[in-house]
Amino acid sequence: MKVTINGKPDDIGEGLNVDGLLAEQEVKMPEMVSVELNGDILRRSQFHSAVIKEGDQIEFIYFMGGGSGLNAINRATD
Amino acid sequence: MDSMPLTEQQIERYSRQIILQQVGGEGQQRLLSSRVLIAGAGGLGSPAAMYLAAAGVGTIGIADGDKVDRTNLQRQVIHFTRDVSRPKVDSAKEKIQAINPGVNVITHNVRLNAANAGDIVSDYDFVIDGTDNFAAKFLINDACYFQKVPFSHAGILRFEGQLMTVLPGTTCYRCVFRTPPPAGAVPSCSQAGVLGTLAAVIGSLQATEAIKYLLGIGELLTDTLLTYDALAVNFRKVRLKRNPHCILCGRQPQITILADEPQKECNSGCKTC
Repeated sequence: MKVTINGKPDDIGEGLNVDGLLAEQEVKMPEMVSVELNGDILRRSQFHSAVIKEGDQIEFIYFMGGGSGLNAINRATD
Repeated sequence: MDSMPLTEQQIERYSRQIILQQVGGEGQQRLLSSRVLIAGAGGLGSPAAMYLAAAGVGTIGIADGDKVDRTNLQRQVIHFTRDVSRPKVDSAKEKIQAINPGVNVITHNVRLNAANAGDIVSDYDFVIDGTDNFAAKFLINDACYFQKVPFSHAGILRFEGQLMTVLPGTTCYRCVFRTPPPAGAVPSCSQAGVLGTLAAVIGSLQATEAIKYLLGIGELLTDTLLTYDALAVNFRKVRLKRNPHCILCGRQPQITILADEPQKECNSGCKTC
């Protein structure tokens, strides 16, 4: 099923919810990610309820610390 | 605007930006009468403060309660080797005044918290969030929301950075990130890292947003998160919308007064690394 993740076309499994997509995309620290689905930021409860459909636009938005960088989070995906 | 006419020296100093149609003498006077707070004189705050000083932003506040550490020098370019152990606000003030003696520098040698943040940010036209921890980032977002002060949020990590500009009424940091990440998700300081030039790129973009806002020119990064991936050499704009469920600015806000988020210590036990 074709979707767009962070601006790039991707092919993902059918019928995934957001939790499933995060797992399939091997996002190792999903608690560090906000998910935008077709322009709307999802609540955590929707990670279970929202099912990804063909053509959806998904953005994973990562927490990033700041100025120092050393107190930032360990991003474990890509 | 009741600002002083530019002196000959000022016209010479700022000639390369006064010549820009979107700036002009009037824009330069506007910058000279503007006040910007740099929250955190670190990696992001260093280039932001230096460029805003060079551009002639008349009053620059520096809020930071830390001292310069040797590990800062790799990216916090406003601090020099000889400044190790000095309060960051003193080190930063000295450099800003060396770059441009015409800038009035106000130092706030404190860690921002719920008791002082509202008063401090309300004294400025624009705030640069250059802080290094999530509690401070949420605090600045909330303080600027309550005081209706525009600000630039930014974060950097490894080879990536992000920033967004928040004005009263636009998507706020909590619209995207409801609360700070869980404590266990923050690894020890030594596990993360950042390329110094990431701070330069993102901090300079924050300063650019501040100047554009002060001059009222161009498009701002409102309702937009700009992400930068240095390894892939990729800039991307992620469009954002106000979140109706935002616990700060949404329809049913749960945060109605400024409060501190619990400070998440990293595994090494330090508070800001």
